[in-house]
Amino acid sequence: MFAIVESQPLVPNLYRMVVEAPPVAAQVKPGQFVIVQAVEFGERIPLSVADWDAEAGTLTLIFMEVGKTTSALAAKKRGDALPTVVGPLGNPTVIEPFGSVVCVAGCYGIGSILPVARALKAAGNRVTVAIEGRSAYLLYGREALRGHCDTLIEITRDGSRGFKGHIGRLPEILREKGVTADRFIVNGCTFLMRRASQVFEPAGVPVIVSLNPIMIDGTGMCGVCRLTYDGKMKFACVDGPDFDGRLVDWEEFLKRRKQYVDEELIPVHHTGHTRCY
Amino acid sequence: MSEPTTPPKKMNLNREEMPKQPAVVRRGNFMEVALGYPLETARREASRCIQCKKPLCVAGCPVEIDIPGFIRHIASGDLPQAARVLKSKNCLPAICGRVCPQEEQCEARCVLEKKGAAVAIGRLERFIADWEAAQGTMEMPLIPKSTGKRVAVIGSGPAGITVAGDLIKLGHAVTIYEALHEPGGVLTYGIPEFRLPKAIVKREVDYVRALGVDLVLNFVVGLTRTLDQILDEYDAAFVGTGAGLPWFMDIPGENLNGVYSANEYLTRMNLMRGFLYPRSDTPIKKQTRVAVVGGGNVAMDCARTALRLGAAEVRIVYRRSRQELPARLEEIENAEEEGVIFEYLTLPIRYNGDDDGWILNMEALRMELGEPDASGRRRPVKVEGSEFLLPVDAAVCAIGNSPNPLIPRTSAGFEIGKGGNIVADPATGKTAKDRVWAGGDIVTGAATVILAMGAGRVAARAMHEYLTGEKV
Ligand SMILES: Cc1cc2nc3c(=O)[nH]c(=O)nc-3n(C[C@H](O)[C@H](O)[C@H](O)COP(=O)(O)OP(=O)(O)OC[C@H]3O[C@@H](n4cnc5c(N)ncnc54)[C@H](O)[C@@H]3O)c2cc1C
Ligand SMILES: Cc1cc2nc3c(=O)[nH]c(=O)nc-3n(C[C@H](O)[C@H](O)[C@H](O)COP(=O)(O)OP(=O)(O)OC[C@H]3O[C@@H](n4cnc5c(N)ncnc54)[C@H](O)[C@@H]3O)c2cc1C
Ligand code: SF4
Ligand code: SF4
Ligand code: FES
Repeated sequence: MFAIVESQPLVPNLYRMVVEAPPVAAQVKPGQFVIVQAVEFGERIPLSVADWDAEAGTLTLIFMEVGKTTSALAAKKRGDALPTVVGPLGNPTVIEPFGSVVCVAGCYGIGSILPVARALKAAGNRVTVAIEGRSAYLLYGREALRGHCDTLIEITRDGSRGFKGHIGRLPEILREKGVTADRFIVNGCTFLMRRASQVFEPAGVPVIVSLNPIMIDGTGMCGVCRLTYDGKMKFACVDGPDFDGRLVDWEEFLKRRKQYVDEELIPVHHTGHTRCY
Repeated sequence: MSEPTTPPKKMNLNREEMPKQPAVVRRGNFMEVALGYPLETARREASRCIQCKKPLCVAGCPVEIDIPGFIRHIASGDLPQAARVLKSKNCLPAICGRVCPQEEQCEARCVLEKKGAAVAIGRLERFIADWEAAQGTMEMPLIPKSTGKRVAVIGSGPAGITVAGDLIKLGHAVTIYEALHEPGGVLTYGIPEFRLPKAIVKREVDYVRALGVDLVLNFVVGLTRTLDQILDEYDAAFVGTGAGLPWFMDIPGENLNGVYSANEYLTRMNLMRGFLYPRSDTPIKKQTRVAVVGGGNVAMDCARTALRLGAAEVRIVYRRSRQELPARLEEIENAEEEGVIFEYLTLPIRYNGDDDGWILNMEALRMELGEPDASGRRRPVKVEGSEFLLPVDAAVCAIGNSPNPLIPRTSAGFEIGKGGNIVADPATGKTAKDRVWAGGDIVTGAATVILAMGAGRVAARAMHEYLTGEKV
């Protein structure tokens, strides 16, 4: 069992959990993920590692409550434990001195982009971080991010903080600020990553996205995480999760993520457990 | 060689039938199909063995069980002694008795097989293993004084369990590292409950734990720690990581929703307890028309699982004919009885889907058998213009698996074979990498439980010799 050291809501629908997993904390690198179970015989779900403390042997996970497993996780308290935390899985995000890197994050990605930005900065890059949300109260972790980037850009759909609009405005904002990118790195929900891949395509540089398909084992055994990338079949858990978003077959990817939508409503009815915001 | 091995006494050719759940009943539940011999039946069957002086059956068993020996004790009613004889060579008899391809191994060589009535060695093996378990008191071997040596075993499938059990009985400290949250390898995530109840796998794993083996779950060697980091803490390591990488056919439409790899299909059902859904958490789609591509044990398991999930029509789509089906005959017959439809000489060429990305049908071709190929089987050739559509709402690709490259990719020093397998000396299990042995599917490619066990046994012997300088 993996003991939960901290657990609290961050903003509506998003939670932060610190869990003990010393071997993972000793090995993990930016961009990797773990697979967790909330309960025995529960579903195995992948979550990015948003931070870690190798000495304390702990991992920080930031997750959005969307279904049965994330609800069960959200209900966990300090002192509870998880039956499974396995990793670090996937390939680390490639960190090199690229020059100028623009990191874009929304939703749980605002958490998982932090170690990436930190490592990019340490590798000598000029790092711009753009975070995006519906409204000011949904943008968390700004102070922590500010410490690891040269420029922090905030975009809200209602204009309650930073720039008003959505990710589509970012190229224009970057132009205004005189930022050119040698690489984009995007973490967050699938729609954000797809949109970003389209929006930044004209820049002619890699748009690295951290894909989030359905997974089971996370070690290349089941094939459920497969996608078409540059015309070939890839397994996100072992070939990714990072891919150049310009070469991802997004339409197929989105359809594959919706495979269990009908079934996933059953447990909610079955347990009588629902939450809405 | 040619001297007659059997005193041709009056042979009893009435092989005892295995009691089974009736097909109509069992296709609606996940309980074990074969119910096992009652004591009297087992003794009757055992007494059919004519106790050959040079038992050919033993040569057909990869771990050389003293078959006439344990069968004699069943016939005479000394079940504890039968168990001892059996377990001196096979640490997983309840499993092998159920899933070994006996008809190609021990039973194929039995002298009575010439008369079409081989002694039911596997069923008797299962009988003894189940009898022992029912007594509730497993005999525990004496563990010798510690040698002070530490061994890491990677993977908890049959190969890894065997190595761990053998080495701890020789006084070494053993830790098994397993990537998944449950031990057992394919026995746990692959072979379905109705063929191999998970309680039996658990019993065998509990046994090696009771012997003192340390089992670390949720630990992916190569990622959680590399093999080289592990070797810093252990004197030797055994790699038994299996052949878990699923193949696809590389035809259009394979990424449609409703197209599964056999591994995904079976893992959802077994490891994740999908058949209990919604009481368990991992869903499986409700399906009515399912096509399973392939003809091996894995394909049979998928097809029979689909039936049990309530599908109205389940087909095996296989490109050769019934004769060439690689699955065990017993499982083919079970599948036929349960109502699986066999589309022989059929090759899928494409899956077509709807606008939401769900599979609608399989496009396939008819084949005919031509000249024999390298494997000696007649090569299937396409019949021009025979394309047809098979409406389905799920397709399962069960055409094979290859070894998982994770460990060789993250640790230097292995020699890698053509199929991505780790090369190991068949006589010892030694790999090209210092202090590392390997065995099971990671070396041979997808094979059988008993071969994985046998490879584990061979490696354990060689590892012991390396660690202590003594022969076993
Ligand atoms: C490599 C990787 C890293 C990931 N990292 C994180 C992370 O750090 N934090 C995090 O919150 N999630 C992350 N995800 C996504 C996360 O795994 C899913 O949100 C989770 O599996 C949902 O499980 P559930 O049982 O709660 O919901 P389910 O019951 O499985 O799903 C409920 C419904 O929500 C939909 N859904 C699932 N995930 C999302 C999503 N992310 N956004 C919107 N709708 C969704 C499903 O299609 C389904 O219809 C990651 C995924 C991958 C593959
Ligand atoms: C559906 C199905 C039906 C079958 N039916 C039969 C049958 O009827 N009769 C028969 O004899 N054989 C059958 N087989 C084949 C048989 O199960 C295998 O040959 C056998 O299990 C191989 O044993 P193994 O120990 O080499 O590997 P596996 O059983 O594959 O076990 C390997 C273990 O290693 C773990 N692992 C992998 N990588 C790592 C890592 N990096 N770190 C830690 N752990 C890792 C895996 O999670 C797994 O638990 C069947 C196979 C399948 C898939
Ligand atoms: S282990 Fe397998 S091959 Fe050997 S005797 Fe038993 S059933 Fe036959
Ligand atoms: S099982 Fe068959 S081959 Fe083996 S000893 Fe008995 S009769 Fe002979
Ligand atoms: S999650 Fe199973 S292969 Fe990627």
